Amino acid sequence: MDWQDMLSSSLQQGLGPTAIVYCLAAIGLNVHFGYTGLLNFGQAGFMAVAGYSMASIVTTWGLSLWLGVAVGLLLTVGLALLLGVPTLRLRADYLAIVTIAAAEIIRQVVGSVSLLKYFGGLDGLQAFNAQFAALNPFDKPTGIDGVVMWRPYDFWVVVVGWTLVVISCLIVFLLMRSPWGRVLKSIREDEDAVRSLGKNVYSYKMQSLVIGGLFGALAGFMTALRNAAISPAGFATDVTFFAYAVLLLGGAARVLGPVVGSIIFWFMLTFLDLFFSQATRGADPLIPASIMTTSQASLIRLIFLGLALMLLMIYRPQGIFGDRRELAIDAR
Amino acid sequence: MPADMIKSSDMTAVSAPRTDKSVDVRAALKGVEHQPGAPKPDPIVVADGIVRRFGGLTAVDVEHVEIQRGVITALIGPNGAGKTTFFNLLTGFDSPDAGAWSFSGKGLKGMPAYKVARLGMVRTFQLTKVLARLTVMENMRIGATGQSGESLWQAMFAPLWRGQEKRNTERAMDLLRRFKLDTKKDDFAGSLSGGQRKLLEMARALMVEPELVMLDEPMAGVNPALKQSLLGHVKSLREDGMTVLFVEHDMDMVRDISDWVIVMAQGKIIAEGPPDAVMSDQRVIDAYLGAHHDAELSTEDEEAILAAAEAETGATEGKSSHG
Repeated sequence: MDWQDMLSSSLQQGLGPTAIVYCLAAIGLNVHFGYTGLLNFGQAGFMAVAGYSMASIVTTWGLSLWLGVAVGLLLTVGLALLLGVPTLRLRADYLAIVTIAAAEIIRQVVGSVSLLKYFGGLDGLQAFNAQFAALNPFDKPTGIDGVVMWRPYDFWVVVVGWTLVVISCLIVFLLMRSPWGRVLKSIREDEDAVRSLGKNVYSYKMQSLVIGGLFGALAGFMTALRNAAISPAGFATDVTFFAYAVLLLGGAARVLGPVVGSIIFWFMLTFLDLFFSQATRGADPLIPASIMTTSQASLIRLIFLGLALMLLMIYRPQGIFGDRRELAIDAR
Repeated sequence: MPADMIKSSDMTAVSAPRTDKSVDVRAALKGVEHQPGAPKPDPIVVADGIVRRFGGLTAVDVEHVEIQRGVITALIGPNGAGKTTFFNLLTGFDSPDAGAWSFSGKGLKGMPAYKVARLGMVRTFQLTKVLARLTVMENMRIGATGQSGESLWQAMFAPLWRGQEKRNTERAMDLLRRFKLDTKKDDFAGSLSGGQRKLLEMARALMVEPELVMLDEPMAGVNPALKQSLLGHVKSLREDGMTVLFVEHDMDMVRDISDWVIVMAQGKIIAEGPPDAVMSDQRVIDAYLGAHHDAELSTEDEEAILAAAEAETGATEGKSSHG
């Protein structure tokens, strides 16, 4: 067992591009679910629209990456409006159904054969990140020696990614301490009460859906940039559910909840993976083959993850940052 | 006026000329007929031909009603009379199948609930709706209207709304003191007792600075000690020049504080008048206790009722689509 290697690889994942993507996605869900109480199960759809806009503007239409970013943000707003207009007047569950369906439709459309020449089918698009890579100031591997180390491009992605996370957290903090944020939190508690006090609940829910969707768009851009490639497989429904796991782990309705949640989530996931794969490998493994084989080891981490989430919900349902006092209150 | 009987400390906030006011407003209602739909000298709400059907059931069918400005009007009636539905219709939380109604001369037909509230017609709910995971103070602040910090573009820049927030907080503190909730201001609203929640909801409604306060069963689930204080608060609203319309089952409360009583039964308004006149009205007694409550049923009557009931059941079964 190489503990040091396991810990440093896990930390690398916990601070790496993947954690950033889920952190940004969870920040969006935090605005939706944590603050406003909107059940958006289609965050992957928002990510896909943004990521594919950026990539296809470059590869298919040969235009600037930055134009792609602008188009991506614009289309995300469009998607939020499209989903919100029919559903936000209805009960919360309708939004959940519509968003999860929309995310799947988007994934199927960009992966379809008939749109192959625009979106590259199941293989997706590559080589669209030249403009982003050209700005990279790092030319050799960077990190903390012996702890974490990234290749120059990866480190550039990490730096840009965490900068976006910091800016996003700042925006969420500023918004949620304001009277505007108070209206969102009140809508989460009881829509009708807010309506009876003269607030246009529908409009606030729409604003929340758009803003949370825009954070999802940032996650979509990072998804595309982290591997310099984009494909429909990166926007399956489990992306949304992992982002929810990240949010609940860190604590919903807390500004830094998604950040802490994402780091811990990816650290643990990698650590469990490495632990079980090392523990079942070799001539005389720590865990005998009669209990677990190497091929089973890669799956067992997800079982443990599920178990951990269940225990979390039972013993600390408010997440790591949540306020225990809030839970003591029976909603309604 | 038995208001003087209440000598509890809760009443200190209420100023002395209270009794004068109730005399004034009652004088204004002196000439009004004791008939359903009677015209009032200075109506704040006028409703005409309001009909609301749920499938085959006509929950509300109000021909004409006027609510006098500046008085406390009680809306009473047996369970299922359509009082709360009527409330929902007036405040835009539900829309009627037919009818028109206005508030201070402004037509409200098709107006969403939040705009109705902004006009100054604010309601509370039968099942209290406090925002449980917000503090009492935040519950109050949300009630203030016209907050610049509630617009997305200004929200991020605190200096743009800090001054207004401070003024709202001061006003909220005054109201909380008046409702004896000032010591609870930093507690979560969800940790309050049922009675305190009613008080908070009423205080929060006042943050909107309404002209008409509509209270849906303000006394439901409130202990007798707090009831007295709540009564005082409702009366003090009238002293402050507001109009109050409330739904209530507690007849003592109705008799004690209302200047005018409107009685609903089976969706219709069946009687109107001052509390004492209404409570001795035969139609009202019939509505509450049944028309035959003190007469023996003859065999023929029973058969007629049975036949009518059977005919009705048959008719309903025919229209099975109604839930």
